[in-house]
Amino acid sequence: MPGVNTEQNPSERQMRPKHRAGKMFDFSTPGGIVALLIKVLLLGIIDAVAVVAVYVLIGKEQWIALAVFVVLVALVNLIYLKPGLLPAKYLTPGLFFLLIFQVFVIIYTGYIAFTNAGDAHNSTKSDAIEQIIRTSQDRVPDSPAYTVQVLSNGNELGLLVMEPGGDLAFGTAEQPLEEVNASPSSWQQLNLSQIISAQDEVLALQVPVSNDVNEGTLRTSDGQNAYVFISSLAYDEAADSFTDTATGTVYTDDGRGAFRSEDGKALTPGWRVVIGGDNFAYVFTDAQIRDPLLRVTVWTFVFALGSTLLVFALGLLLALVLNHPTLRGKKIYRVLVVLPYAFPAYLTGLVWAGMLNEQFGFINEVLLGGAEIPWLSDPMLARISVLLVNMWLGYGYMFLVCTGALQSLPEDIVEAGTVDGASGWRIFRSIKLPLLLVAVAPLLIATFAFNFNNFGVIYMLTRGNPRFSDTTLDVGATDIMITMVYKVAFGSGGGRDLGLASALSILIFIIVTIVAVASFRRTKALEDLN
Amino acid sequence: MSQPIEPHPMHIGSDGIGGPGRTGGFSRVDRTEELHTRALLLGDKPVRQRRRRSFGRWFTDTGWRHIVAWVAIVFALFPLLYIVSASFNPIGTLTGSNQLFSAISFKNYERLFTDASVPYGTWYLNSLIIAVVTSVLVVILCALGAYAFSRMRFRGRRVSLATLLVVQMFPQLLAITAIFLLMIQIGDVFPAIGLGTHAGLIMVYLGGALGVNTFLMYGFFNTVPRAIDEAARIDGAGHARIFFTIMLPLIAPILVVVGLLTFISVIGEFAIASVVLTEPSTQTVAIGLFQLVSGFQSQNWGVFSAGALLAALPVMVFFLMSQRYLVGGMISGSVK
Repeated sequence: MPGVNTEQNPSERQMRPKHRAGKMFDFSTPGGIVALLIKVLLLGIIDAVAVVAVYVLIGKEQWIALAVFVVLVALVNLIYLKPGLLPAKYLTPGLFFLLIFQVFVIIYTGYIAFTNAGDAHNSTKSDAIEQIIRTSQDRVPDSPAYTVQVLSNGNELGLLVMEPGGDLAFGTAEQPLEEVNASPSSWQQLNLSQIISAQDEVLALQVPVSNDVNEGTLRTSDGQNAYVFISSLAYDEAADSFTDTATGTVYTDDGRGAFRSEDGKALTPGWRVVIGGDNFAYVFTDAQIRDPLLRVTVWTFVFALGSTLLVFALGLLLALVLNHPTLRGKKIYRVLVVLPYAFPAYLTGLVWAGMLNEQFGFINEVLLGGAEIPWLSDPMLARISVLLVNMWLGYGYMFLVCTGALQSLPEDIVEAGTVDGASGWRIFRSIKLPLLLVAVAPLLIATFAFNFNNFGVIYMLTRGNPRFSDTTLDVGATDIMITMVYKVAFGSGGGRDLGLASALSILIFIIVTIVAVASFRRTKALEDLN
Repeated sequence: MSQPIEPHPMHIGSDGIGGPGRTGGFSRVDRTEELHTRALLLGDKPVRQRRRRSFGRWFTDTGWRHIVAWVAIVFALFPLLYIVSASFNPIGTLTGSNQLFSAISFKNYERLFTDASVPYGTWYLNSLIIAVVTSVLVVILCALGAYAFSRMRFRGRRVSLATLLVVQMFPQLLAITAIFLLMIQIGDVFPAIGLGTHAGLIMVYLGGALGVNTFLMYGFFNTVPRAIDEAARIDGAGHARIFFTIMLPLIAPILVVVGLLTFISVIGEFAIASVVLTEPSTQTVAIGLFQLVSGFQSQNWGVFSAGALLAALPVMVFFLMSQRYLVGGMISGSVK
């Protein structure tokens, strides 16, 4: 770049000594003024955000997160302000996201697998106590009527209360009632139509009367009058237990994230605690999940292996058929044959689900003349359907790969076979196929690994159905392990159990690791790094 | 059929094992003469007889290939034709869609953009924003990382590369429970990038895409001769200048491949998006279309088809235009 930037002219540049051995180039040339400005600007933004985050974290008393965060930000500043450390300057942005959302989440999954996290245990113990008190409230029979106004600040609702003595008080769901002189600024009173349109939120609004949770909350049903509601469960902080004021039943902390009475009844919600290997023990010993999981695991292997073989067989067949020097129109054939692969995978499942519909689907009604074949509701047929649909979706890739591999086969070997009098089949069997397999073997392993966790096709086509009849879990005949994890963690069947799902994830991790080790052994990819 | 090696260079590699084909034009004349001579020399059957059987010969050689090709094309295309037909069918139910191209109307497409219960425009925009931002960031971050791995030597480089190779074997989807809980916690501190935000989802996708794509680009960087950046350095260019003005243009093809692959996979991602995006107004095409047919499959079929077609077309056009590069990239990256 002669004359573009005099600053970078080598004669003017301060020549630094090479201070690190083994470096290929001396990268220490200082950047231009623009680069410096960009650097200062970006670092400034990061540090500004960091300061805000530190305040928030201190406010929330999240000391571990705060420590990790401060160390990270300090590290980023060090890397970009200190001269040298050039590889780190280039690697840090990518590594940051990779470490958090790929590496850390795997470790975190391992931790969750040993907890009872889930719908029934989704937060901390103090949150759970508050939640129990709130959800078990009844109106105090002789509560006076408080005249109230519903106020809003755009995000949340609050109540302005005219107390019986004539004083004004204001509070929100988060903030207990506090005496005020006038309605607080930046809060607007809701008119009747606004109250009606926000009816659900108004009904759900519970303003604590004081800091003591046992004193109850104010609730309004019409936006004008509010009454005191008190929990039928009284929390005793010293004993760490709940007492039902009506029946006298005592619920104590059972050490497993719930308050439980002596006859085994638990209050909901509970809170998240580490429960050790219970999730794994449950998976391996309880018949409700062990037997379905075994079937799901076997089917996962069958599905992954079957899909790989089917797409390879069909792709190779078509590649062989269309790979002929004098075949007319083969370019157009190739484009048309590959089209399914270009079609987005998530739509494929949905489209085929419609076509395979038992009563109205295209396949039964038109192609098979009104037959009622239960393509997606019979366990065996559903599995076959899943395999065929996945073949439709995936063979295009193998077709492209095999066509490429066939065209790069050395001509002379094939010709030598011809000279020796080998038949077309014999040449394919003994010459082309072995050479081809060498080229595509890594891709077959990759295809297997991909299909092993091919969430999209299964979930979009059948959602794992038809369901197994011998378990209450939402698991079915076409579920593979990853769809089972998803359904256990986020399914609509209720009782979403993140801890159990994480334990299942860990089992898949182990299997994937074994496949990965096998594949690295075969391809020697790790040794080839240089 | 056995056949001696043909000495004529023109024929080498043009005909393979199948014997004389229909090459057409002058070569056919040359060919016939040559075969005639050869038949006489080798005592083969007279050519006249060959030509009478030429249909059978053509059929065993290439004719049957056309039949197989057409069967494959029918298998490949009928679902696509069906969905095109259903999208134009005003009846809009599964049964109504079974008579292909029985009626043509744009009613379903109109509903996509006018019916408030099917906010297709919003879904589409959300998908585009998420996919474009993710692709651009993945390309930038991967190029930065790959440049360092390819051109600099530092302690822990080989170990980092090996780790990268191992880490990308594990699909991010496996950690979906941890991602969900982590996003809730991030949302507690930074609501703008927590659960339910596009920014949060993009960060998650970045983490998942960086491993494999950095590796893909690393391989490509290694094919660019070092002499080029060395020359630039001698001319006084700094590392940033070399990277942005010299290296990036040279590796443009792989940047396009990585960008497109990321775009296509993000557009089609369902599981993580469905967990992270909790608000209906932030959801993507994949989630929206899934919900459209998950409950009332037979009623919404026409609208779904129209939406699916509009979602699929850009991806398919992208894919076919860049198929050659994509497959090359996919072979080295082993994705999809």
